[in-house]
Amino acid sequence: MIGWLQLLGRWSLGRVARLGRGHLFLVRTLASLPHLVLRPRLVIRELFSVGVLSLLIIVVSGGFVGFVLGLQGYVTLVRFGAEESLGVVVALSLVRELGPVVSALLFAGRAGSALTAEIGLMKSTEQLAGLEMMAVDPIERVVAPRFLAGFLAMPLLAALFSAVGVWGGYFVGSGLLGVDSGAFWSQMQSQVDFHDDVVNGIIKSVVFGFVASWIAVFEGYDAVPTSEGVGRATTRTVVNTALAVLGLDFILTALMFGNF
Amino acid sequence: MAERKIEILVGVFVALGLGALFVLAMQVSNLSQLRDTGTYRVTAYFDNIGGLKVRAPVTASGVRVGRVAEIGYDSKTYRARVVLALGREYDFFPVDTSASIYTAGLLGEQYIALDPGAEEETLKDGSVIEYTQSAMILEQLIGRFLVELTSKK
Repeated sequence: MIGWLQLLGRWSLGRVARLGRGHLFLVRTLASLPHLVLRPRLVIRELFSVGVLSLLIIVVSGGFVGFVLGLQGYVTLVRFGAEESLGVVVALSLVRELGPVVSALLFAGRAGSALTAEIGLMKSTEQLAGLEMMAVDPIERVVAPRFLAGFLAMPLLAALFSAVGVWGGYFVGSGLLGVDSGAFWSQMQSQVDFHDDVVNGIIKSVVFGFVASWIAVFEGYDAVPTSEGVGRATTRTVVNTALAVLGLDFILTALMFGNF
Repeated sequence: MAERKIEILVGVFVALGLGALFVLAMQVSNLSQLRDTGTYRVTAYFDNIGGLKVRAPVTASGVRVGRVAEIGYDSKTYRARVVLALGREYDFFPVDTSASIYTAGLLGEQYIALDPGAEEETLKDGSVIEYTQSAMILEQLIGRFLVELTSKK
């Protein structure tokens, strides 16, 4: 009995300690961000691997999500003779929800896991310790540029996803199913509000970018420095980011659109 | 050389992302239609506004000339107070213009239609529209219809 209680206690203490480490780590990362002004090249190189290399998956997925929204929306709306509202349905679902959420999930799988694996391997091959030996702060040199690059890239990727998705919906709705293209765009423009919908979607993607990058770099930095530990850390990045993004999405949606 | 290529590609990425934001702002949302700076406000009192919402369109002969800026309840007259923001370029409505609440389609959104009067003087910022017609409430109509139906028996 006491043994079980001790196990439970050890497990909870471990969890709390990890949470604390994560937040201290975040504070240190944020504090070393100003140093990056002097070395913008570090960030640009990370923006390449986090942003440019994610372009393909984001654009292709955005297009297909747009196609599917166009098809599904059309099938339902045509029953009510409201297929002109297809543009509104596609644009609102992409800009408010699917754009930020799906691109954050893809971002976690494509870029977050790579960040974790990279930093975790640096740790297990003692490159981070080597940096410290040379009096270079690994958080300043390795972690902060990756965090900042992820944070900057995510809103841009989400915006691209939504824009491509709207065009995908337009392609299917207007090109294949024969919705009037003028009605498609004009209904969309009159129903989608810049502040309420587009800006709130951007805020969501900024929050998701922050959380996804934080989880990715922390899991890498906190990984057990073995090949198994790095593998686990990579898995945890994807799982935890997905959970955090979906949970935060509910909270943000309730705050933004819930009329509380 | 490789550094240069990376920088160019990152530049393309950032430009694409900002371009997408621009598309979302201008093409998808109503930002291009909003010119909040050039409006003047007039007030109209209604007995019942039905399901009218803030930001609902205000039209004249079907042309959008402004939108509903504010909805409140007046404690003196016990009527709904609706503030309309009309575009500056539409500053020629006579003071006896009437405002009615209509529904777009049978179940569509509600909007305000302005019907110009004949006076020389025009509506200014802060004027009150005298003649208003309330929203048609479907339930009241059905209720009235049922009463008539049963009283005939």
